[in-house]
Amino acid sequence: MIDDLNFQRVFAQIVATLTRILGSRHLSLAEEAAQDALVKALQLWPHQGVPANPSAWLIQVAKNRALDLLRRDQRLVELDTSNGDRATARLNQEVAACAAASGSSDADPSAAARLRSETPPPDDDELAMMFLACHPILPREARVALTLKTVCGFGVGEIARAFLAREDAVAQRLVRAKRQLREADVDFDLTAADYAERLDSVLDVLYLLFNEGYTAHAGDRLVRSDLCREAIRLGDLLAAPGTRLCTTNEAAAVHALLALMHLQAARLPARVGDDQVLLRLAEQDRSLWDESSIARGLQHLDAAASGDTLTVYHVEAGIAACHAVAARYDDTDWPRIADLYDSLIVMKPTPIVALNRAIALSRVHGPRAGLAAVEAIADDPLLARYYLLHATLGELALETGDRDRAGNSFRAALECECSDPERRFLEKRLRTAERLISAARRL
Amino acid sequence: MPKYALMLRENGTAFAGLSPADFQVIIKRYGAWRDELQRAGRFAGGHKLRDGDGRVMRRNSSKIVVTDGPFTEGKEVIGGLFVVEAASYDEAVSIANDCPHLDYGSIEVREVEVTRP
Repeated sequence: MIDDLNFQRVFAQIVATLTRILGSRHLSLAEEAAQDALVKALQLWPHQGVPANPSAWLIQVAKNRALDLLRRDQRLVELDTSNGDRATARLNQEVAACAAASGSSDADPSAAARLRSETPPPDDDELAMMFLACHPILPREARVALTLKTVCGFGVGEIARAFLAREDAVAQRLVRAKRQLREADVDFDLTAADYAERLDSVLDVLYLLFNEGYTAHAGDRLVRSDLCREAIRLGDLLAAPGTRLCTTNEAAAVHALLALMHLQAARLPARVGDDQVLLRLAEQDRSLWDESSIARGLQHLDAAASGDTLTVYHVEAGIAACHAVAARYDDTDWPRIADLYDSLIVMKPTPIVALNRAIALSRVHGPRAGLAAVEAIADDPLLARYYLLHATLGELALETGDRDRAGNSFRAALECECSDPERRFLEKRLRTAERLISAARRL
Repeated sequence: MPKYALMLRENGTAFAGLSPADFQVIIKRYGAWRDELQRAGRFAGGHKLRDGDGRVMRRNSSKIVVTDGPFTEGKEVIGGLFVVEAASYDEAVSIANDCPHLDYGSIEVREVEVTRP
């Protein structure tokens, strides 16, 4: 029973439920009550055993705690009393309803645990929480941090480790974000209009979470795979309401992102070799790719075709699908991938997309065409510090036989920030280039 | 077999930095620790004491003075106790050594005295 219980999920459910009952201005209080419920569990369960329905127990304890905290706040500060009273009244009603249903009048948590009617709160609360955390009035990093804290149940330290940020900086960002939401007095309940207005921001945050987990940046490995898993879980949650909250086109965008994430995640088991060196697509053992993940990705890609819009996620998922269905590297449909990059660069004209497009062009038209395409964008200040730009130049130079240039490029790549598997890969390629150079000299 | 009280001391701020995942890990370990003691027949009860609400009583000349407390702010107070059976202090300490309470508080181990003249 305790093994089935996921504390991160329960924490998120409690925060979402309490925020629905109390209003988004009490989000901090909801978090505090949820945290206190976990403390109570830690203090009590070793003595009295794990309750029969632990998540119902935690939710009930958190509701009671929220009432205490509300009363404390009202005593301490002369609040906008009508608002505070209303929140207290709503919570009182909920607590009383739980207690009544369990046949006990004193809202005893162990009685609440016997409560059959107390099922976990509906996904709707979590969905609404996600759209609150990703509200466009918040800066992008704040949306990410708040989503991880309230919807994924991450701790401040875990968020800091995932993004290589300082804990106090993350904590501050969260405090500021909650203050902004409070001041804007955002409605918690999600309407179709809210959904439409905030969906782009939600998808952006999910993709960012996924990418942060997927790209092997430095940082805690375990936390990183959690990020990928959470991004996909939240995507599933987003796809669930179907046409109730969103239009066909909005649902199609959600499916496109899910397709992209599943297709990318399928390659995770094959991306790093036994020697902890990053493996390129050409080198990966494709039998390690997760077939069920690919199948789910292709299903979502089908569902994504139901609308009449084309989002960047559609195009990127199309590219990922080209790789996923190629049994061998040599079977890759590069002309189609290059076409898709031509579309993508128009929709998303970023230096990274331009770099990937150049790589696709080199597979279709040869390394010299690829080099020309990369050189055309190499002046971009962002790319100049990106190891993959220099690594790509190095690979293409090797293919054209320019070993000296390749060596210099790999050395330049090693000057850039990268993770350990990436660094080991670059060192390996530099050694290859140097071996070829000295072999050429001996000739 | 002699009984030992493991008095669990903690201060009110010890839990602030724990994430839901941390709670999950500690509670799971706690369950395993207690299960193992029970299987070995060494677990002899325990209680969690309610936070915050204590009374301290003292006789002051003729009358008894009751004050609120002890308060958890800042200093460690006893938040609960376990009673375990152990052959010696060494064994009691080794039992307490695996208790997850040490992740966020301290433990005072005291033998329960049973002296028969």
